[in-house]
Amino acid sequence: MEPIHEITLTVDGEQTTRRVTARRSLADFLREDLGLTGTHVGCEQGVCGACTVRFNGEQIRACLMFAVQADGARVDTVEGLTETGDLTRLQEAFHRNNALQCGFCTPGMLIAASDLLIRNPDPDREEIRAGLSGNYCRCTGYHAIVDAVAEAAQNGKEAEQ
Amino acid sequence: MKAARFDYIRPRTVQEVLDHLAEHGDEAKVIAGGQSLVPTMNVRLAAPAVLIDINHVEELSGIEADKGTLRIGALTRHAEIAASETVAAHAPLLSMAAPWIAHEAIRNRGTFGGSLATADPASEWPACATVLDATIHLVSARGTRQVAAGDFFQGVYETAIEPDELLTHVEIPAIGEGYRAGFSEFARRKGDYASVGVAVQGRVGASGAIGRLLKRGEGRLHDLRIAFFGVAARPMLATAAAAALEEQPLDESTLKAAQEALPTDFTPMEDLYMSSAAKAHLARVLLGRVMTTLYHGEGR
Repeated sequence: MEPIHEITLTVDGEQTTRRVTARRSLADFLREDLGLTGTHVGCEQGVCGACTVRFNGEQIRACLMFAVQADGARVDTVEGLTETGDLTRLQEAFHRNNALQCGFCTPGMLIAASDLLIRNPDPDREEIRAGLSGNYCRCTGYHAIVDAVAEAAQNGKEAEQ
Repeated sequence: MKAARFDYIRPRTVQEVLDHLAEHGDEAKVIAGGQSLVPTMNVRLAAPAVLIDINHVEELSGIEADKGTLRIGALTRHAEIAASETVAAHAPLLSMAAPWIAHEAIRNRGTFGGSLATADPASEWPACATVLDATIHLVSARGTRQVAAGDFFQGVYETAIEPDELLTHVEIPAIGEGYRAGFSEFARRKGDYASVGVAVQGRVGASGAIGRLLKRGEGRLHDLRIAFFGVAARPMLATAAAAALEEQPLDESTLKAAQEALPTDFTPMEDLYMSSAAKAHLARVLLGRVMTTLYHGEGR
């Protein structure tokens, strides 16, 4: 029998206790065990960025962690950040700029972009590209995504004033 | 793909880690950030029977400076090093190199000790540790041991670490008066492993008080340590190139002499994407770029 570990963690603000095998990835745990399918699973080797979530407030790859390692942690997914309104400005800008086509990369893009704007609220286009360099998009050619993040940053600045 | 089955252990102290390593030997694998280990597990290139998770061993984390030595705990994340003022003051080479490591999401999780212990020949920290003459501290149930970076890296993913040993921390001599650092690399895409990269530290100026009065773009180069990575199985010190620059001002002819000395130091190994000749060309270009920045520009 494969050993089972009981883990308790806070996902999108809600505390949950589950039983997992050690080899369950955090990404699969979120999708399969909690039904939070906003976190996408692409390459499963840390390259594509589709599974990016916040782990104790910092963006990480959910495919490069095992769920058992998240015991006691706070995990925020695209669903939770949508609900709290953290992503509203970015989501509107993505919509207006056609910054998604198939949408597979979008949840990861939103987490990476929101993390960038927290660290640097007024990035130039080079900084936006560097901030999104760990997230692959196979549809858009990236220009529209960079436009959307720049617009969200601009709107954020105006909202501050 | 998904990782194969393994037993998971989460110790809280170094002593517990060592007990587990002594018990399981090379059946076990230590996981720190997991940014290299988990991909290899997911594609089943690695299938350790036991995974020892050191992320909750607090004594392995942290950055401290004391009496001219910078101490970096093995579990310190790349992002912490990038943001650390203590690192910027005592080992600016590390601050320059950190942004070149992968992407933010990886830097938040990957660790200094993990990168050194993995010893990917195209990664940044092993070359920096070599240039800075870092001392790598290892511990096992048999006792503690210190290995100089120059002896630590032995081949592709091969280091001096024995199966029962844990890398606990690294000690780096603080940068001296008048010394500057420089770092550059070429990668196919932002955040990829380097095709070729270079790390440098050395002194610019005359000796003593006069040296401190020199402006950027003046003075002579001394005591340069230059390491290339992505060109061989481990970081390569370019001693012939450094010798060509020793006690010289950086002008066109000395730089050319240093570039022409590079084939004495190494013949690059080709990889999947780039020939040896292309890497040799890039090494020359990067040497010129990093030395020019160090001498004239913002190299601290």
